Amino acid sequence: MNSAFTPPRIAASLAILLVFLAAWEWGPDLFGVETYIIPPLSSVVEGLFELFRTDRLWMHIGVTTFEVILGFVLGSLLGMVGGYALGMSVTAEVVLSPYILALQIAPKVAFAPLFVLWFGFGLEPRVLIAVLIVFFPVLINVMTAVRNIDPDLINLARSFKATKMQVFWKIQVPGSMPPMFAGLRIGATLAVIGVAVGEFAGGNTGVGYLIVLTAGAAETAKVFAAIFVLTMIGIIAYWLVILLENRVLHYMPSREQRGF
Amino acid sequence: MNDAFGDVRLEFRDVTKKFQDRQGSGQTITAVEGVTLSVRDGEVVSLIGPSGCGKSTLLNMASGLNGSSGGEVFVDGEEVVEVNEHVAFMLQKDLLLAWRSIRENVELGLEIQGVDKEERRRRSEDWLTRCKIADFSEHFPHQLSGGMRQRAALARTLATDPHVLLLDEPFSALDAQTKMILQQDLARTLADAGKTALFITHDLVEAVALSDRVLVMSQRPGKIIEEIDVDIPGRDNPMERRKDPKIGAYVAQLMSLLHVGDVELQQV
Repeated sequence: MNSAFTPPRIAASLAILLVFLAAWEWGPDLFGVETYIIPPLSSVVEGLFELFRTDRLWMHIGVTTFEVILGFVLGSLLGMVGGYALGMSVTAEVVLSPYILALQIAPKVAFAPLFVLWFGFGLEPRVLIAVLIVFFPVLINVMTAVRNIDPDLINLARSFKATKMQVFWKIQVPGSMPPMFAGLRIGATLAVIGVAVGEFAGGNTGVGYLIVLTAGAAETAKVFAAIFVLTMIGIIAYWLVILLENRVLHYMPSREQRGF
Repeated sequence: MNDAFGDVRLEFRDVTKKFQDRQGSGQTITAVEGVTLSVRDGEVVSLIGPSGCGKSTLLNMASGLNGSSGGEVFVDGEEVVEVNEHVAFMLQKDLLLAWRSIRENVELGLEIQGVDKEERRRRSEDWLTRCKIADFSEHFPHQLSGGMRQRAALARTLATDPHVLLLDEPFSALDAQTKMILQQDLARTLADAGKTALFITHDLVEAVALSDRVLVMSQRPGKIIEEIDVDIPGRDNPMERRKDPKIGAYVAQLMSLLHVGDVELQQV
């Protein structure tokens, strides 16, 4: 499909994977590292199966996935609303930007225990952290995009006697889509981090909880397996955003996929 | 002024525009001063002048996007106080929306004005054909060359059936040959449709070849310092007009009015 993916390049990429996996399997033994510090690949795979068998991994994956989706969607929507408001109104920007910036700089993961205290061991604290983390990159990208729309495009619409709503829906919203998707891509990976931290902080569900549980029992192979599962959830989330992006931004010139 | 044309379509009466200098001291700058001009139905008038003399400011006032600081602008005898749908503009930038096909771009104005889908389709088809770009109606802007994109911009400008067209250096980014072809097509289209146009350009030959009259503006504050009737037949055929021996004399006259070639005055 794409000229960038030539057979030698694919082969080189696969070779790196093979070397990595081999180093993981035989490296620890070779350098005399204890298996509870770095378990070999085969025990991690075994740990993964055991999580499925005895720790109801599917249920935990379901919970985490649900939280990621909910946090991502709510955070993105909030970011879009904020981004359009701040992008179009200088007043809104001047009044609100110091607080939004303060919120961004505050380490939101540090709020996790507090949110558990407030909202209990359910999904709410996890989703809330994800929302707060996803919000900012989407907001900034949308705001900048709205600002950067060519004023002559808006004048063009105005010259046809467009209302403010028409200018918004026909020019500003579609015109801000490419940077918005850049923000959504970042948001998709951040949502997984937010949810995982929320699960660390409390409760007894989710893949993040499994990491805390198994790490506490020094079941290192299972910890690695759970990290692998979280990574997969993040990759799929990122990939779904790209899939949507390619559909929405189909009109963009030469949208070459290079794997990122 | 040529009597072959009808009523006045566009008129500036003693128009002045001042604005605050954004950089530096915040001084008041007078962009144009005491401009009086009129363009009659079916007439094509060019406006030439040095850079920064306020030509584009005049167009913005005619379209109603900016107000004047003094004097009045009239379109069809009505004072322009807000954006007027009888006036349409076309710039050097094609302003095509990247996310819309060429057809959808041409239909933009009609869509905003609430024209129903069938009528939109009929009109866009008509103008896409007349601007010779019908084969590309389902393409997206990035797939087209600069010349093709300007054709699409022209179709979009004409699709809302404006009484007055404001053209602000529409061809200045095109290569010389594409430019000549588009000038020819524009002249034909304007003549066939009987449209009135005010045409801003830096290209002296273009001004003479395409217009009935040429207005010359001074350096800022811009004033109209000369009005020249172009007495060469065939305004709908600039290719032929370019070959007319009289064109050299007109261009020479414009050059001396604009001080092109006066070494001491050159600021470029």
